Amino acid sequence: MENTIIKCENFNAWFGDNHVVKSVTMDIPKNNLTAVMGPSGCGKTTFLRCINRMHELAPDARTEGSLKLYQDEVYDIHPILLRQKIGMVFQHPNPFPNMSIYDNVVAGYKLNGIKLSKAERDDIVEDSLRKAALWMEVRDTLRKKGTFLSGGQQQRLCIARAIAMKPEVLLLDEPTSALDPVSTSSIEELLIDLKKNYTIIIVTHNMQQAARISDRTAFFYMGELAEYDHTKQMFISPKDKRTQNYITGRFS
Amino acid sequence: MDTRFIRYRKVKNNLFKGIVILFSFLCTIPLFCILYYIIRKGIKEINWHFLIRLPMPVGEVGGGIANALSGSMMIVLVAAVIAIPFGILAGIYLSENKDKKLAYWSRLSADIMQGIPSIVTGIVVYFWIVKPMKSFSALSGSVALAMMMLPIVVRTTEETLLRIPNSFKEAALALGVPYHRVILRVIVPCGLSGILSGSLLAVARIAGETAPLLFTAFGNPYMNVNIFKPMQSLPLMIYNYAISPYDQWHNMAWGAAMILLIWILLLNLLTKLVTKRWRIQL
Ligand SMILES: Nc1ncnc2c1ncn2[C@@H]1O[C@H](COP(=O)(O)OP(=O)(O)O)[C@@H](O)[C@H]1O
Ligand SMILES: [Mg+2]
Repeated sequence: MENTIIKCENFNAWFGDNHVVKSVTMDIPKNNLTAVMGPSGCGKTTFLRCINRMHELAPDARTEGSLKLYQDEVYDIHPILLRQKIGMVFQHPNPFPNMSIYDNVVAGYKLNGIKLSKAERDDIVEDSLRKAALWMEVRDTLRKKGTFLSGGQQQRLCIARAIAMKPEVLLLDEPTSALDPVSTSSIEELLIDLKKNYTIIIVTHNMQQAARISDRTAFFYMGELAEYDHTKQMFISPKDKRTQNYITGRFS
Repeated sequence: MDTRFIRYRKVKNNLFKGIVILFSFLCTIPLFCILYYIIRKGIKEINWHFLIRLPMPVGEVGGGIANALSGSMMIVLVAAVIAIPFGILAGIYLSENKDKKLAYWSRLSADIMQGIPSIVTGIVVYFWIVKPMKSFSALSGSVALAMMMLPIVVRTTEETLLRIPNSFKEAALALGVPYHRVILRVIVPCGLSGILSGSLLAVARIAGETAPLLFTAFGNPYMNVNIFKPMQSLPLMIYNYAISPYDQWHNMAWGAAMILLIWILLLNLLTKLVTKRWRIQL
């Protein structure tokens, strides 16, 4: 595939003896939105956390095989540099409770000790909040703590915090599973908008969500990549039996 | 259901409530007795000169406690400077490495240290510092007090940090922030109110300790600001004056006790304030 940004070949991950991601081979295209789906416990989160090397933070975590960002093996890039290139948004919104909305957006710079002028900072804050569709709501309360926002706003603040670092890839792990339907649809719109400039990989439990927003869908089953295709293709005529069963709701 | 049965349950409920209220009221009585007694005895001693003058020989009126007050402040300050940084760092280690062997043993030793009688700490420091340096000193008193503060600071820091959800750490790590900055710039600030109030309470706890100072700071009837020399402190002064045969000194001891009490009450108030002002909604 041309224009591949992430390339896995026979990639495996373990927690101790628990083989969680099994020999995954897939190419993820740039500036696309790729959904990762599958029953709970099938290794979606673990796979996602391998891409920015958060997996290795667990005691006795282990990986094997090849996982490349462009030409470079992810496991040869220093995790600190890698994570500045690959942003992550978690299942539960987690803005830093000790920081204002403004400081949350530039937290990646502040915490890494990257010096910026006031003007640069202001630009990054406004730009990131606009991209996260939050600017209009918080422009007058930038100095307030981020934890005063609603759940959906907090999650968009977390997205702004991730894109403020100008990452190549944005990883989202069920970012709407803790949110109400209105907040969910505003985040879906936002993601569709963002994929023009970012490569987005989103874990979702929700098939409708995958169908609505993703270009490609990867279906995981018990740690294996059962099927990976264009989303339309996959939902209309899944090739793998396990995908068929999942899509028709025979298990969840 | 039988209304008599319900009425009986109501009576039992009220009785229980009454007993609980009575006992929580009884708990406040000792404090008020102490306060009443000390204020009644001490208040007439206290005036500006009492605070800023040095003690006078027996028989002369108008002596003060300036040396004891400044000495106490200095000894406690040095103790805090020693114990708080150590305690916070150890507390961070314990909360970050819950299951390590070293964490288990330091947690255990902190808990045991809290139970060691203060006079024992005083004697140990006497052998560690006073004997080798061949002199009683304020510094040795500070070390003894720091040893008493340390386990309190360690444990409150640990408990505060354990309550901070892991998700903030993950968020920072996912931004590419190095581990030490995650701890110092995210985790510790989130727990700041707990850490500060733990440290202040530890200071309040040791400010009135007498036993560990007996063989270390020793006491000094004169003004001294050199921490390598013996130094007076409020608890030592109260002790010495209270066991003296002179009525006038007894009165001054009451005055000093009241000052010490005010100091400790203020620290407790400050702790409450800090907890409120710096609390971070998690
Ligand atoms: N921190 C962890 N330590 C040990 N095992 C884990 C950890 N996180 C997940 N697992 C195990 O890895 C497997 C896959 O989990 P996960 O990747 O979270 O699945 P999913 O996100 O698809 O629900 C599960 O069997 C789970 O028990
Ligand atoms: Mg998951």
